Parts: sequence; C-alpha cells; structure tokens
Amino acid sequence: MSLKHAARHRLASCLTLGLLSLGYQSGAQADVVYVSNEKDDTLSLIDLDSLEVINTFDVGQRPRGITLSGDGSKLYICASDSDTVQVMDLATHRIIASLPSGEDPEQFVLHPNDQLLYVANEDDALVTVVDVNSHEVVAQIDVGVEPEGMAVSPDGKWVINTSETTNMLHWIDTATNELVDNTLVDQRPRYVEFNQDGSLLWASSEIGGTVAVVDVSTRQIVHRLNFEIRGVHRDKIQPVGIKLSKDGRYGFVALGPANHIAVVDAKTYEVLDYLLVGRRVWHLAFNSDESRLLSTNGISGDVSVIDVDKLKVIKSIKVGRYPWGLAVKP
Amino acid sequence: MPCLHLYQRLSLCLSTSLLLWLLQTPSQAADAAFTVAADKSTDAGLEVRVGYLSYRPATPPALSNVLPEPRDSGLRGAELGIADSNSSGRFLKHHYQLDQLSSDDPDTLLSQALAWQSSGIHLIVADLPASELARLSEALGGSALIFNAGSSDDALRTDQCLGNVLHTLPSRAMLTDALAQWLASRQWRNWLLIVGNQPEDQAYARGLHRAAKRFGGKIIDEKTWSFDTDLRRTAQKEMPLFTQGGDYDVVLLADERGDFGEYVLYNSWLPRPVAGTQGLTPVAWHRVIEQWGAAQLQSRFEAQSGRWMHARDYAAWAAVRSIAEAVTRVQQAEAPVLRTFLLSDDFSLAAFKGRKLSYRPWSGQLRQPIALVHPRALVSQSPQEGILHPVTDLDSLGFDAPESRCASAYATDKTDGAAQ
Repeated sequence: MSLKHAARHRLASCLTLGLLSLGYQSGAQADVVYVSNEKDDTLSLIDLDSLEVINTFDVGQRPRGITLSGDGSKLYICASDSDTVQVMDLATHRIIASLPSGEDPEQFVLHPNDQLLYVANEDDALVTVVDVNSHEVVAQIDVGVEPEGMAVSPDGKWVINTSETTNMLHWIDTATNELVDNTLVDQRPRYVEFNQDGSLLWASSEIGGTVAVVDVSTRQIVHRLNFEIRGVHRDKIQPVGIKLSKDGRYGFVALGPANHIAVVDAKTYEVLDYLLVGRRVWHLAFNSDESRLLSTNGISGDVSVIDVDKLKVIKSIKVGRYPWGLAVKP
Repeated sequence: MPCLHLYQRLSLCLSTSLLLWLLQTPSQAADAAFTVAADKSTDAGLEVRVGYLSYRPATPPALSNVLPEPRDSGLRGAELGIADSNSSGRFLKHHYQLDQLSSDDPDTLLSQALAWQSSGIHLIVADLPASELARLSEALGGSALIFNAGSSDDALRTDQCLGNVLHTLPSRAMLTDALAQWLASRQWRNWLLIVGNQPEDQAYARGLHRAAKRFGGKIIDEKTWSFDTDLRRTAQKEMPLFTQGGDYDVVLLADERGDFGEYVLYNSWLPRPVAGTQGLTPVAWHRVIEQWGAAQLQSRFEAQSGRWMHARDYAAWAAVRSIAEAVTRVQQAEAPVLRTFLLSDDFSLAAFKGRKLSYRPWSGQLRQPIALVHPRALVSQSPQEGILHPVTDLDSLGFDAPESRCASAYATDKTDGAAQ
C-alpha cells in the first residue's frame, strides 16, 4: 500500500470519509457522498456540485456505518440486520463480497493499514476484527454492553470503542488487539473522534447530554462540553455525531432530537453557535476541502448541507428513510 | 395547588415552539457535570450482592384473561440487570450477584430478607404488595435500600413515605396521567368509565378521576362491572347494552386483573376506542417499544429469557441498573451512600426511554416517560409535547412535590427513613 493511501486513512472512521482526500483534491473537484438509509435498506448517492440525489442502490438490511477503502474503490457497509459487512465496488456499484463481521454490526473503523476493519457488534458486547483481504476474523475483543462508536488514532496505535450501556471508552491496543484501559464517561456514549494530531479524543454521550474531551496520553477527561439551546429542553439535547475540522478550528456536534448542530471552538471549547438542521440529526461528514459539512437527519429523511465558512445551512436534500451514515468520495 | 392550573391551561392549539420556549426555566442549573476519572483507582474490586424478593400468591381465576403474565415476571429483569452490570463491572473489578426468593408466604419472604441482612445483603429489589413492602421497609431499617419493582400504589409515593424505598415501577397516577395527557392531545374529553370490583380497580379509577381534573377530561358516566359472568361467550350480547348512555368519546376501563376489560373492545354501544387497563394502555414497558436503542434491550432480554419483557421485568432491571450505575460512580456499595447518590442531581440513568431518568427527591419515584401501547404497536409516549412544568415535564406524571408528604422521609442527610 502506498504512503499516500496510508496517510489518507489516518482519520478514517466509519463516517469520516469527507476527510479522506483532503490535500489531494482541489475544492473544485466534484465530490459525491454516499448516504446509508437505515430503514430503506438503500444507499443514496448525492452529487455535491449539484446537491442532488443522482442514484439509489439496494444494499443489505438496516445499513448504518459506511466507510471507503484506502484507494476509494470500495465502500464497506454495516448491514446490521443482515449481520454482515458488505463490500461494494464503486465502479459498478455492485456488492462484491460480504465480510464476517459478527452479529449486528453498527459502526466500524478501517485501520490506517487499510487491512483491518474493527467492527462494533452491538448485540454481543464484542468488537470483531476482520481482515478485509482474507475475509477472516482476526480477533474478537470483549467490550462493554452495546458497543457503538469506533475510532482509530491517526498513528494507528489505538482503536477506541464506546459502549452505550457500560458508559465507557474502551482502549484497544492494535498491536495486540487487546483491551488495555477504560475511561468512564457520561450516559450512553455514542461516537468518538480523534483530533488531527491524535492528542485528543472527543466522545459524545447521548443521554448524558455532554461531549467529553479526553487526553489520549493520560486517557483522562480534560474537558466536558455542555450544550444549551433556547427553546429546547435540556433532556432533548443528545449529542451523537462529531466532526473536527482539520485546521483545528471547529468541532461540530450533532445534537440528535434537538435538531441542531453545535459549532464549538476546538481550542477554547466555547460553543459558538447552534445551526438548525433536519429532525434527529445523527452523523456528520465534511466534503474533501472541508468547505461543506453534511448531516444525516433521520426523522425528516434528509441531508443538510452547511457552508462551513459562513456557518449557514444552505440546503436540505431529501434522501431515503432514516439516513444514518455518510461517506464522501472525491 | 397552582401547578395544576398550568396543566389545565394546556392548549394544543398553541404552537409547540412557543410552549417549549415557555418551558425553559432554571432547570438547566441542575445539569450534573459529574466528573469521574477513569477506573484506575480500583484495586481490590468490589462485590455487590442484591436480593430479589417476589410475592407470588396463587393467581385468582380471572374471568376473561386468556394471556396471563409470566410467573417469573420481574425476576428475569433483575437477572438481566445483573448480567448487564457484570459486563460493565468487570472493567472496574466490580462484581454483582443476585440472590432470589419467590414465595406465596409473606413471612417466608420477610425472614429471608432478615437472613440476607445478617449475611450482609442490604440491597433489595422487591416485587411485593404495598402492605408487605411497608413491613419489609420497617424490618430492614436504614441500613437497607429497597427498590419497589412491584407496587404501583399511590399512597407509597404520597403518604406512606418509606424513606429506605425507591420506586422503579411507575405509580398508578403516573399511568393514568400519561393516558389523560394523550386523551387531551386528541381532544377526547368525554369519558365513559367502567370500574371493576377489586380494590386495585377502584384505585385505578381514582387515578383517572384525578387525571380528568388535571388534564381537562370529563367523566360523563361511571359504571361498576360487578357481574361475575365469564364474558368469553356472551360479550356481544351484554356489552353493548351495558355501555349505553351519553355521548362519550372514549371508554376507559379500570380492570387490572382482566375480568371483563378485553371484551369491551368492539362491543361498546357507540363505536368508540377503549383505553385504560385494556385497549390502549399506559405502561412502564412493552415489547413494542423499540426506539431509543430499546431494540437492543428487548433482544438481550429475549435471548436470556425466551419471552417478552414486561413492565415488572423493566422495573427490576432499572432497579439493578440504578444500583450498578451508582456503584460505578461512587465506587462504593454501602446502601446509605448509594441512596444519597441516587436521590441527588448527580445521578442519571440511561434506560431506553429516550431521555435520562432520575429519582424524585420527595418520593423516591423514578421519573420516566410512559408508553401508550396497544398489543401490537406503540401509539404515543407521555409526557405529551407542550405539557408545561417549571422543572421537568416528566414531573407532570404522577404526584409532584407539593402533593407528596414524603419529602422529609427522603431527605438525604438522614438515612434511616423507614418507619417514620
């Protein structure tokens, strides 16, 4: 695998595909984004120039997390109710393989080596490690109840899994594929995201209503973000998806049934703004030059497009039922 | 009672956004930014033992109930709570163990609890009738913490005040309020009420009367079902005649045992929906709940138990999960310490109801949304959107602080709250 591909994958997580090609493509290039529609068993394909849905593909049951392969030629799809990770060839948009993912795969992350996929098996309290080339299960790691969020550190040393009912971040050492530490966070941790240099980790707690910022070297919480939106009861402010801009300026946090995305100053942790998007905003992705942020809005069944410079929502694009994950392909 | 007027002013014509805006009050201050470092402090580990008691008398023959509740309802929820807590606890070297006894003899249950107490088990999950719960509370005293996962009796939350008891099962008033809020949202204001002849039926009917006042319902006629016939073969003849009188929007039933209620559906004189203990029912839990990650809890439960999860299972599960969540955060398992933490603002429980749950510090009742279901689908969940409350809309269900006389029993500076 080329260095270029390895570099591209440093930030690859199930949903962060918008980041993948940064620095390799000009902003003028037309990106496309794949959107998994959880309750339609389909993917929608959106052209980010025209901001229109240009195709829809049938996939396995209850597609949730999706992520690109290192060279962008394949898309991995968590087909939760089919108990498999499907591999889609993006040249033909055909499913070419099904990986043994363990039961009920929800989120996953592709290691920078472009070979090992770490899959959270929500019903089994396991993380399954699958070799995408040999299609074999390399390891299964016991984690807490209802594993969900997955992230890999930019240097590939750590894979983090969150467990929703155990309320922990589980630190998996990728050299041994063993769980080596746990960090207790607020109720129902959903999603984790490393910053650009891998020194910090942001973790959302849906029911706790907070985002914990964790120092990777000490594995301790160094800051806790709280949110407050006028007109929305605090119990309904439920952080889920997170995206950190590569320039270190912004953190964006999807607030679920609060129907807003929080814009956070990633240096001072001050919440700068709340952007109103569709209903039950779930996950986020940047386009390749990070001029646009996209959100899936489950209940309203659409994708919101945000102008990152102006911090304005510029369009909603209707997709399938319960859009869940996003993967941007340059 | 000024807060009641607020509910009555509930107007669903007002825009939700306005109401939600009005709802924003100092409650934000209560946000518990509870900071816990990682688990590195643990060394020797912690053994947490929980006792589960259930009173299982011989079931009286219900006249129409063809689908009885499972005999192990409740116990299986406690077991899943233990399993979930051990899956989480092993990362902290915390281990949870359940001891259990079911009996048809209250004295046997009580002596078991005392035996447990002398062997160091001070955390009890109890599926007992209110009178037995009170006996248990008094016998065990302030060194114990008991979770009521079996009695929906309102007096336990308002007058009886067992300070060492927290309630994970909703009170009857929470159920009837949840239903009344939904009826108000549908603007079905005229109710025909049919009440069975058991004491618990009358208690449920009292809840509906109270809810009618709070949320603008009108009981235009009330009938008592006092017949002792088995309706399985005769409902079509009897029910239409019995439900004549007045132009009601909905028939409400108070028939907890299921003697006649199932046979009112489709047999009312007027073609009207049926709600209450049958038909559309307010429940703490039901198989049809799948939102908010509940599908995962349901499938874990079914894999473990080979059956659906019922309200008592959920209440017992929530009790054990409350214990484990408190132990995780305070790193101790002493009952009085856990009690103080559970009643504080710092405690919250993620329990698959779409928002965090906590205990009311004036009655020990677990605040929770109430699902409104029919046998095959979730219809709604209360509190209904637009309900106003100065602190949290969850407290629009059941008895609020000014209506309960138990606050002093639950004051957390004293731990011996039993037998005031």
